[in-house]
Amino acid sequence: MTALANRYDFVLLFEVTRGNPNGDPDAGNMPRIDPETNYGLVSDVSLKRKIRNFVEMAHAGEEGRHIYVQEGSILNEKHREAYKALRPGDTKVEKDAKLNPKDDAEARKLTDFMCRNFFDVRTFGAVMSTGINCGQVRGPVQMAFAQSIEPIVPQEISITRMAATNEAEKKQKAEGDDSSDRTDNRTMGRKHIVPYGLYRAHGFISAKLAERTGFSEADLDLLLTALESMFEHDHSAARGEMASRKLIVFKHDTALGKAPAHKLFDLVQVGRNIDGAFRAVDDPGIGNAAPARKFSDYLVEIDRASLPDGVEIIERL
Amino acid sequence: MPYGIRLQVSGARACFTRPEMKVERVSYDVMTPSAARGILEAIHWKPAIRWIVDEIHVLKPIRFQSIRRNEVGHKAPAGKIKQAMNRGDLGDLQILVDEDRQQRAATVLVDVAYVIVAHFEMTAKAGPEDNEGKHLDTFNRRAERGQCFHQPCLGTREFDARFELLAPEAPLPMATPSDRTPGLGFGQPRDLGFMLFDIDHAAPGRPSLFFRAALKDGVMTVPHPEAKEVLR
Repeated sequence: MTALANRYDFVLLFEVTRGNPNGDPDAGNMPRIDPETNYGLVSDVSLKRKIRNFVEMAHAGEEGRHIYVQEGSILNEKHREAYKALRPGDTKVEKDAKLNPKDDAEARKLTDFMCRNFFDVRTFGAVMSTGINCGQVRGPVQMAFAQSIEPIVPQEISITRMAATNEAEKKQKAEGDDSSDRTDNRTMGRKHIVPYGLYRAHGFISAKLAERTGFSEADLDLLLTALESMFEHDHSAARGEMASRKLIVFKHDTALGKAPAHKLFDLVQVGRNIDGAFRAVDDPGIGNAAPARKFSDYLVEIDRASLPDGVEIIERL
Repeated sequence: MPYGIRLQVSGARACFTRPEMKVERVSYDVMTPSAARGILEAIHWKPAIRWIVDEIHVLKPIRFQSIRRNEVGHKAPAGKIKQAMNRGDLGDLQILVDEDRQQRAATVLVDVAYVIVAHFEMTAKAGPEDNEGKHLDTFNRRAERGQCFHQPCLGTREFDARFELLAPEAPLPMATPSDRTPGLGFGQPRDLGFMLFDIDHAAPGRPSLFFRAALKDGVMTVPHPEAKEVLR
């Protein structure tokens, strides 16, 4: 596999409709929000998790496309069938807890082995505890926090369940315990949703780091496919309707790149669609417009005229 | 100051983690010299040169925000990987995140902008074909065009850094007059306490070095690595 020869930067626009894209453990699983501006946030690790899940689902057990950081599931058993056990476990390996590589060369061998076999190690990197130098792999793909285009207003929805959790709860009810959160066997629950939010995420792919981990053109294609369709396989009660709406990739014609990433990102402007006209989201004139509730309430403009030489735009979505 | 460069970096968030608060990360108030060095090395570095940060200018007020995330509790164990290698079978080589989960908060900086003033020195690894002019040109050319080895970051990789080279004749950006507060050391110097200077990768055990940092009129002056102000 040949490593990547070009630097890439990408902008991903994804939407959430009546769902919670990324809960905040600090706020009782409310959608993450920037407390100063009320813009919604989705953490980098949340997006990476979805990429890993997609690759694991689409390419389970394929040579070189295993996923190291997995969500525990029965899939593992399927994987094990797919692994070709070349020979049974070597009993000579001591059961020593401190089995560290002897030197940097061995640490490198270990990281090479990991990069060859695991897509996520090759893409995002990994830290291995070797006692020496951590045997760190820095992956070529770097993702930043996604932020909504406009401030979001999360809503709290109360729901009820027509069953008790356990015997004790049922007994409480029978004894006429009138606690406020339970009436005749019902349990109250809460859901948080964002009525609609369009989020924008930025990512960077370094060709130079790709050389070190062996991240190839095929891997890039898989990564972009994952970005396009990772929400299609991530539906759940909490997520609502999420979808990737636009994936704009900037391909530089060299490994080091041809333009600052932020200049390229600035070429992609997302504004409100007011009667077919593009209006910036901070335009005071749109104060009376109804809040955005669907993707067509937004317009995405790409300023192709200002594209620097040596950079090409690939619109995957 | 021979071969000096000035680079302006900014971003929406940053986390320069204090070593004594690594688990629930808490950022320093200001970018550390080692983070600044990392940014410069992301743009251009060779073993023949070593970057030395002279000053860090703080252009925006210091504000914090808390972010809590699910993180994996353990690193990949090298021993297990080695066993799998010897076995020639991946087996159950994986981390199950939902069985090994830690929720950690990070107290990060919000909306930061700095100017890094730095220069470089040649090291013992410099060959006859290495000279200062060449490396300075390379750095300036790359920084001007936005080229980089990998996208530099503000402490951790999820907080990407926008960088811009300041031309030698360009004036130094300053904090806006309303932001020139004692918090940035305007009026009287602000003591930032002990701050990580860098990690000495050449010494055995890779010890951390510290120095006493202060903000004076929005500028943190960084001692030379060999200076006595750097505590080993």
